[in-house]
Amino acid sequence: MANVHQFDVVVVGAGGAGLMAGLYASRGAKTAVISKLYPTRSHTGAAQGGISAALGNYEEDKPEWHTYDTVKGSDYLGDQDAIEFMCSEAIDAVLELEHMGLPFDRTHEGRISQRPFGGHTNNETGKPVRRACHAADRTGHMILQTLYQQCLKNKVNFFDEYQVLDFILVNGRAAGVVAVELATGELHTFHAKAVIFATGGHGRIFEVTSNAYAYTGDGAAILLRRGIPLEDMEFFQFHPTGIYKLGILITEGVRGEGGILINGQGERFMPKYAPAVKDLASRDVISRAIYTEIREGRGVNGQNYVYLDVRPESVNRYAAMDGRTNPDGSPYTITGEQVLAKLPDIIDFCRVYLGVDPVTQMMPIQPTAHYTMGGIPTNKYGEVVVDDKDTIFPGLYAAGECACVSVHGANRLGTNSLLDLVVFGKHAGLKAAEYAKHTDFEKLPGDAESTARSAFDALRNGSGRENAFDISNELKKVMFEDVGIYRNEKDMTAALEKVRELQRRFKDVGVNDTGRIFNTELLNAWELGNMLEVAETVAVGALNRKESRGGHSREDYPERDDQNWLKHSLITKKDGRLEIGYKPVVITKYQPKARVY
Amino acid sequence: MEVTIKIFRYNPEKDQRGNYVTYKVEAHENDRVLDVLEYIKGKIDGALSFRRSCAHGVCGSDAMRINGRNMLACKVLIRDVGANITVEPILGLPIKKDLIVDMEPFFDNYKKVLPYFINDSPLPADGRERLQSPEERARFDETTKCILCAACTTSCPSYWANGEYYGPAAIVNAHRFIFDSRDEAADQRLQILAETDGIARCHTAYNCTEACPREIKVTKAIGEVKMAIMTGKLD
Repeated sequence: MANVHQFDVVVVGAGGAGLMAGLYASRGAKTAVISKLYPTRSHTGAAQGGISAALGNYEEDKPEWHTYDTVKGSDYLGDQDAIEFMCSEAIDAVLELEHMGLPFDRTHEGRISQRPFGGHTNNETGKPVRRACHAADRTGHMILQTLYQQCLKNKVNFFDEYQVLDFILVNGRAAGVVAVELATGELHTFHAKAVIFATGGHGRIFEVTSNAYAYTGDGAAILLRRGIPLEDMEFFQFHPTGIYKLGILITEGVRGEGGILINGQGERFMPKYAPAVKDLASRDVISRAIYTEIREGRGVNGQNYVYLDVRPESVNRYAAMDGRTNPDGSPYTITGEQVLAKLPDIIDFCRVYLGVDPVTQMMPIQPTAHYTMGGIPTNKYGEVVVDDKDTIFPGLYAAGECACVSVHGANRLGTNSLLDLVVFGKHAGLKAAEYAKHTDFEKLPGDAESTARSAFDALRNGSGRENAFDISNELKKVMFEDVGIYRNEKDMTAALEKVRELQRRFKDVGVNDTGRIFNTELLNAWELGNMLEVAETVAVGALNRKESRGGHSREDYPERDDQNWLKHSLITKKDGRLEIGYKPVVITKYQPKARVY
Repeated sequence: MEVTIKIFRYNPEKDQRGNYVTYKVEAHENDRVLDVLEYIKGKIDGALSFRRSCAHGVCGSDAMRINGRNMLACKVLIRDVGANITVEPILGLPIKKDLIVDMEPFFDNYKKVLPYFINDSPLPADGRERLQSPEERARFDETTKCILCAACTTSCPSYWANGEYYGPAAIVNAHRFIFDSRDEAADQRLQILAETDGIARCHTAYNCTEACPREIKVTKAIGEVKMAIMTGKLD
């Protein structure tokens, strides 16, 4: 083992959660942040619309409303203690970002500007409330940049373009990770007291997705192989508005600014499905509504898409019909210039990829695989918990999209992902540093790198009868079609069989590039292995859960079933087979009731 | 349609020097150049190496020279560049493999300009946000868009001539803080940029502005920094 590094805390991943964890951990412990990308390439940078906090900068709002909206948004599967914790920390979290220099848009009084978002409501009137704190439509970009900048300022240690391949555990405790340096192909062992996973989601297992190529579920797959369970993997969010065919995200902020959804017959259809908040219902509700319109023949030109309309004349017409007002009570209106100023990136994406100008034309959209609600089980401090009794795995932490706290339950509210990564990234960093202070290093095993090395050797020495690109495409197609927005037993059974067939075929993939320097073919093949691993847990979880809740919609079990299914699922890998267990949902103030928007 | 794509290839473990390999592939006019590269890597030559992540122009991984101009491969479509395409690594940074260059010198220059918020004054007594008017916020909006893709810096003739020059991207990121009404370290940054390898090396070739995939008016931002150095004023 030529390359051994020793740090108190190692953070895997350098998106919002990883950077926040690195920033906080490094204040109390010797810390390294390891990332397969340069940190500023991380997928947090693609988040657009905003980060939620009940600042009340335009109108009355309170953390309790934010909490209730999140519980309701989760379809009562979120753990209410954790949700309350996140929403009560939200205001300070957003202010901290501002104090770090984040350039939020401003109100006329110079305060942080806020916009409406799906499922954010005044709990007394039921009307939408302005809770999403935004920086144009590139809020995630600003958060990622600001946190990276602060890490530089605070001299956090980075290992950029190092892909973590394995988690080292000794005597049931964290002992470090093994990574490959992409530039040289050399393996490195990071000996650590505490390890924080902040590796993001796995949206790339679906054909149409807003997610980056990097989103291959590495952290979840690595830990699953090491015996850590994964929680609620059946819950995946399909964002209603992706660019048709490409899946590129069109922020909910478009609807926050007054945009509406229109079917192929020119009708605004959301009032049928969500009479109170219409186009600002929760994402799962809107994605299903769009699919229903398409299935019933009201897609545009008989195709699998509908329109999102933010042309000022449409926005103003419907805002008047809805009686929407500005904070001062005057009627809400918008101009073309304001659309350009508030949504510059969206306009740019539509012009580049569609040749459509949203100020004068409607945008063709379809639901796109967007967010991983399930993941590595943690408590509200980012500590990984491995069973139904919330037993802590010493020294192991997770935060951000790879983690399942669970604050998002069966469906995440827009803007809560950015909040999640700031709040839980911080607490995971604090807890890990604290833990490291009172803990000694475990002794490293004789050959810590052997598992990682054999995984690479297997890919290098594969027969080559199979092609990784083909397997990847087949996986994405079957997952999107049969384990997507609408699910049923028959199609999912076939899909699961297909995933397992692809897993078998994957063993015959051979990597042609024999080099060490930037062997991206080898890395992509290894990532595909993770996707296959994670996709199986998604399909198994979805097949098992015989009810519809949030983002999980079963055609054969269309109702939510609190009697039997108000519980989290935990999937564990034992002797190569997946086993399903459960753990209770934490309910404090809000008893489950029908979810109507 | 059939696309003929000529790609710069260099494998340091095999090749003395780089060469060009031409591929003919089927593509749709709405495909991104990145989609074509992915297809070649997936089906023709797995060793072809390039960086990519978000695939829609916000992460900054895949800046490359496409038909002689710096672009993001994920933000340019076949219909924009035509059926005959040449793809090469960006210039001025050491080539590591195929289209992958060594980004370290680029990030080293970026780090020289104190690219982070500095304000050591006490926070507002109520613990809330520092106030900033919409006009003050708008003053530096443009330069907050930078994704550090290096398309600007590696299109700059002054940077090609002298890699010690901080380059446009570093100056853009300095601009983002210099003109932020909440920041207190504009003077320090202006001093840094007034040094030999700073702003004086810009000869307003405008290549940077043309190259920027985020449509930042880079030359204008550099001009504003120049003016601030000359006048000692920020307005």
